[in-house]
Amino acid sequence: MELTSLTIEGVRAAVESRKTTALALAEAHYARIQEQDGQIGAYLTLCKDRAMEHADRIDRMAAEGKSLPALAGVPVAIKDVMSTRGVRSTAGSKSLANYIPPYDCTAVARLEAAGAVMLGKTNCDEFAMGSSNENSAFHLVRNPRDLSRVPGGSSGGSAAAVAADMAVAALGSDTGGSIRQPASFCGVVGLMPTYGRVSRYGLIAFASSLDHIGPLTRTVKDAASVLQTIAGRDAMDSTSANVPVPDYVSDLEKPLRGVKLGVAKEYFGEGVDDEVRQAVESAIDKLKDLGCEIVPVSLPHTPYAIPAYYLIATAEASSNLARYDGVRYGHRAAGVKTLSETYRRSRDQGFGAEVKRRIMLGTYALSTGYYDAYYLKAQKVRTLLTRDFEEAFRKVDAIVTPTSPTAAFRLGEKSNDPLAMYLADIYTVTADLAGIPGISVPCGLTKERLPIGLQILGKHFDEAKILRIAHAYEQASQISS
Amino acid sequence: MKVTDKDVAYVADLANLELDDDERAGMVRDLNSILDYMDRLNELDTSNVEAMTQVADRYGVDESKQGSDRFVYSYRDDQREGLRKSLPQKAALANAPDADEGFFRVPKVIER
Repeated sequence: MELTSLTIEGVRAAVESRKTTALALAEAHYARIQEQDGQIGAYLTLCKDRAMEHADRIDRMAAEGKSLPALAGVPVAIKDVMSTRGVRSTAGSKSLANYIPPYDCTAVARLEAAGAVMLGKTNCDEFAMGSSNENSAFHLVRNPRDLSRVPGGSSGGSAAAVAADMAVAALGSDTGGSIRQPASFCGVVGLMPTYGRVSRYGLIAFASSLDHIGPLTRTVKDAASVLQTIAGRDAMDSTSANVPVPDYVSDLEKPLRGVKLGVAKEYFGEGVDDEVRQAVESAIDKLKDLGCEIVPVSLPHTPYAIPAYYLIATAEASSNLARYDGVRYGHRAAGVKTLSETYRRSRDQGFGAEVKRRIMLGTYALSTGYYDAYYLKAQKVRTLLTRDFEEAFRKVDAIVTPTSPTAAFRLGEKSNDPLAMYLADIYTVTADLAGIPGISVPCGLTKERLPIGLQILGKHFDEAKILRIAHAYEQASQISS
Repeated sequence: MKVTDKDVAYVADLANLELDDDERAGMVRDLNSILDYMDRLNELDTSNVEAMTQVADRYGVDESKQGSDRFVYSYRDDQREGLRKSLPQKAALANAPDADEGFFRVPKVIER
């Protein structure tokens, strides 16, 4: 049995039947990390002691014949924007290089309570700000499918870890596409749940009205299992929704017949790569063969999503990142004489170029004289973009699009042009703004063997349906390929 | 050019950033290029559109329910007993760059 290529179901069955142990699984993954991660760079911190302790607990339960929890023994990787008690949590920033949280993020606590084994913390763009993982203050992440290319961002380490068999599943965070785009670039599944479906407690904040936690996995079913575990109301986050959590895993097998799928021309316009377009169009044909009805829809405000998103996200970031003042935790500049100098020098030294750029843009958009023209305007456009989806979802159950206009780009290709980098998020920011769920599922390869992602967007709290569509597509495409 | 050197200095001041000369020059260039692109929002007439500050603004209310149950993103009930303990002082200070006698120590605040 190849211990590093199992699904969640496979892990659980193997541990339950004593074919292997949670300890052996964790060891096999650490060996794989040792062998692979030198060239990929997916992990920032490993927490082997904690992993072995959790694995041992599962093995003892298995030995005693106790019934095992849903994720028993599953080795997972956690994006380093999630706080983990006693384990360094950097958010990819020099400002938090030595930060050791005193508490656990709810999503992480729920995974561990369900038997998952946290192997370590994964690399990401600093404070989740970026689309290529090149903004990590520590080191690059290389795409496991082609080491000269980016893994996507900002959850690039999580996507790469899962793609390179260095974890069975990972958690990422998505503010403008940071789960779905790296999933697409690395050829794995990435799910952004509805805003509020998963608690944000313990997530190091970037833009609070847009931040989501969700899974990256190798199969749709695994994504459903992880969501099942982390979803649901949490008293520690007042924006976590008071909505019952359905059985995502058993819903996967329901038939697709009669499901109405919207296709919006705005997502196939100028800028989308021909190979991406062709792959997504043939995925849509396959979904039609599976019984879906294809319905043209219009999302006319899509061209305004990037400006609206980058104004709102940076405004919220400028406020959220005000807390990094070098007083209570985080980097403090040495040799300063006054408090205001402490703030400025600590922030100047602790933050990287992109974080400073976004703080400046957001502060500008919120400043006297520009608030109405930029911030308020963007929030009004957010309403228009959300109404587009409400209108479309009167006619269809889900909407299918490319996840990204291109496959993974080369390292360094966009790193000197911030606007070009922002435009890479054009198909993903819309769902964050509207608060609806979206999943990226692999739908083929370019001629250069780079993965392409199909994005499926659903109604508010209708993760079950997009998972079901993605699962049916995944099963059908495996049979035919 | 919309954003000048002076604007960058002013905004950096608001954001508690210092920025060196190179960074300031880069900010002038980048903010102008990004804001030029943002200006396409002005093609839209939003005079009768409400601002969306939260997802809950559009999805959060179920009018068929009563009281705080109406809100999907609801507040929890007031807790009178069994309150969660606050972080012990030692844990709260553990990450402090400089702590002393149960306090965060910082440079002088008031200049004479």
